[in-house]
Amino acid sequence: MNALEIAGVWKYYGDFPALREVGLNITPGSTMALLGRNGAGKTTLLRIIAGLSRPSRGSIKIQGSIGILGHGIGVYDELSAIENLTLFGRLHDLPEPRKRAEEMLERVGLGRVRDGLAREFSRGMRQRLAVGRAFLHDPEVLLLDEPFTALDDRAIAVLQSMIQQMRDRGRTIIMSTHQLREALELASHVALLQRGQIVHTGERTQQMLDDTGWLYRTYGDN
Amino acid sequence: MFLRQVWTITTKDLHSELRTKEAWNASIAFSVVILLLFSFAFDPSSEQIREFSGGLLWMTYAFAGALVLNRSFAREVQNDCLDALIASPVSSAALFVGKALANFSMLFAVELVSLPVFVLFYNVPWGAAQFLPMLLVLVLGTWALTVIGTLFSALTVNLRLRELMLPTLVYPMMIPALIAAMTITTNLLAGSPVGFGIRFLVAFDIIFTLLAVVFVDTVLVG
Repeated sequence: MNALEIAGVWKYYGDFPALREVGLNITPGSTMALLGRNGAGKTTLLRIIAGLSRPSRGSIKIQGSIGILGHGIGVYDELSAIENLTLFGRLHDLPEPRKRAEEMLERVGLGRVRDGLAREFSRGMRQRLAVGRAFLHDPEVLLLDEPFTALDDRAIAVLQSMIQQMRDRGRTIIMSTHQLREALELASHVALLQRGQIVHTGERTQQMLDDTGWLYRTYGDN
Repeated sequence: MFLRQVWTITTKDLHSELRTKEAWNASIAFSVVILLLFSFAFDPSSEQIREFSGGLLWMTYAFAGALVLNRSFAREVQNDCLDALIASPVSSAALFVGKALANFSMLFAVELVSLPVFVLFYNVPWGAAQFLPMLLVLVLGTWALTVIGTLFSALTVNLRLRELMLPTLVYPMMIPALIAAMTITTNLLAGSPVGFGIRFLVAFDIIFTLLAVVFVDTVLVG
């Protein structure tokens, strides 16, 4: 049983096909790096997987709950850190949402400011709160859209550590990025999107790590 | 599960609004000022004012309601909170009903604050014969405004001119409910029988609530 099965997915914006006949199967416990240049369709595909957008054609099957860390932080400025995470804990029907929120705030280094409003936080603190929100319910499938973009050093360290813990627990991770080095170091599998089509999918190899441009040169159209 | 999610969304919206009081302050100030200004423009003891007082009251509530409803989904746009909500296990129907209940509570509170101003400055007869039926009309009429307004707030949330588009789209849809509420209110204040209006409002509320619950997923996800 795959953690995620995508079959024949098309997405049109007007007459423009943002995704064309995308098919992808991801086994449980994989870390998939969804690579491609700007406009290749990475974010569109992730939004469809997350249920934020409907495919024009095709089907998606997901086993288990999903967590998403997208371009926006997805937390409420007028609520405190603990209120934000408790809210999402309740929405995910966690047994003890407040306790879980407290634990998560400690993990992302915001335990001491848990009663502070999100709008009063620095950019880095808000990013760590967003990481806490995405990981709060221990999702079976984690979707990360350009996760390292615009993060400060501490937020990157927190995110990398939490991704590693998710991998150790056999969770499935799909991350879209054009930061090749970071993505390839974390990934067990790669998929290369080009103009809305998957032109390569398979295991991440040592060759990709040694020469990060190899993938684009071999399968891309430069 | 559904009711718990509805309650979580309602309390979240009320909590956020009570902390900022953005829509609440604007809406109360607007309704009180409009009622006061019109009371100075017309002779409160005239027979004529009895005839249009119901209309004046409900037009004030409809415009004050737009200020509340505009904020409803707009507060979800900031930081892409709507994406985090849709990606969570909350159903679109629970999200809609939760938000509609929060909007109803806010608008009803605005009405309860401004109603004494209306009674005082418009010299309307006010006793037990008016109070209980008026309360029923307020509940039914306000739910009609809220349920349509919340759905269109979701529809216009991503538009650049949403503050303009929401009233433009919502008021034509509200006209039947507004006319019914105005007629009942005018009849109540004149001591005439309320007639068929209450049943019409009940039917309007049920039909539009069901339609909104059915279509809100399409509105939110596309």
